[in-house]
Amino acid sequence: MLEAYLSIFIKAVFIENIAINFFLGMCTFLAISKKIQPAIGLGIAVIVVLGLAVPINNLIFNFFLKADALFPGSDLHFVGLICYIGIIAALVQILEMFLDRYIPSLYNALGVFLPLITVNCAILGGVLFSIERNLQFTESVVYGLGAGTGWALAIVALAGITERLKYADIPQGLQGLGITFITVGLMCFGFLSFGGISL
Amino acid sequence: MSKAKEALLNPIFNDNPIALQILGICSALAVTGNLYITLIMCVALTTVVTLSNLSVSLIRNHIPTNIRIIVQISIIATLVMLVDEVLQAFDYESSKTLSVFVGLIVTNCIVMGRAEAFAMKNGPLLSAIDGFGNGLGYSIILIIIAIIREFIGAGTFYGIEIMPLTTNGGWYLANNFFLTPASSFFIIGFTIWALREWKTDQIEKPEFKISENSLEAEKRAV
Repeated sequence: MLEAYLSIFIKAVFIENIAINFFLGMCTFLAISKKIQPAIGLGIAVIVVLGLAVPINNLIFNFFLKADALFPGSDLHFVGLICYIGIIAALVQILEMFLDRYIPSLYNALGVFLPLITVNCAILGGVLFSIERNLQFTESVVYGLGAGTGWALAIVALAGITERLKYADIPQGLQGLGITFITVGLMCFGFLSFGGISL
Repeated sequence: MSKAKEALLNPIFNDNPIALQILGICSALAVTGNLYITLIMCVALTTVVTLSNLSVSLIRNHIPTNIRIIVQISIIATLVMLVDEVLQAFDYESSKTLSVFVGLIVTNCIVMGRAEAFAMKNGPLLSAIDGFGNGLGYSIILIIIAIIREFIGAGTFYGIEIMPLTTNGGWYLANNFFLTPASSFFIIGFTIWALREWKTDQIEKPEFKISENSLEAEKRAV
């Protein structure tokens, strides 16, 4: 039992890394990866929101939207997208108020990143993947946390590399965005090597 | 240049959503393994961004500022649901291959970005044109990447065999690297480089200027 959960977690972090292998949350990934500190803050925020949003949306899907879930013959899966995005937006808003009231230090550390997470495709992507793969409730909790951890790991690693790169002599046209893409490409090689692991 | 023409043509090379505005990169990387799938994605995104810009612009004077993001997201999500249903009805195979990526147009920053930055401030017709232009700018980068990846990775162009593979008795040994996700990062990186060599005003300023090598400076002094 435990092994099954561990396998989902490892798979979500390394083998099917949501940032490197599925390119989700790339816009923030590339924009906020210039310094390590903000990258860590954003990474933590994504872990928390994915860990909450994936299981909640999983419940919504299984109890309301799935075929025959609400009453026999009902099938509401086509309104899925609008429900998921609404729930993610509400969740982020509640989390923001909760942190502001009870854990102000974390709230200040996350700052502007928290509201931005609503439109981060890593969150919606994680939710859609967990529903497409028909995960159970507990599995979806593990998957959400794993996917978040994988994303956080990737952005912190990229920020570490970019911090060093600012002293490098890069061709003019490649400066900034261009070299970041190539760095991520090289990181992608590293993550590809996990692909052979079977759990 | 007239305003409409500018709104249509600017996003293609001068202000490209992917290469300069850093918007909508997720799908640019994930769906470019084969040209047919890429074209479907481009049509889907261009439709959504044009219609969302049009509808947001039509009701822009009635949206209270506080809840504008929610209104925009609901409009976009509705449009994406429609596109998704149409795709599933007419081309089920491709919708399976694209899996979650059509749904992810909801959080594609191009759509949100243009609704917020352009459609909230301009008239309906101009906004629709701007949406269409940005869709084209997005499509052009995606199509370039897809052509390169499909040609080198599988020796085909739009499914038509150009270079016969060794597995089919031909001479071309397919470069599998170009079918992996990693290749698209490199191709986008080099595309941006090429674009910036051409449009030099897009070059980003370096944070530090590296000082001259002291040995070379001495040599010149002598």
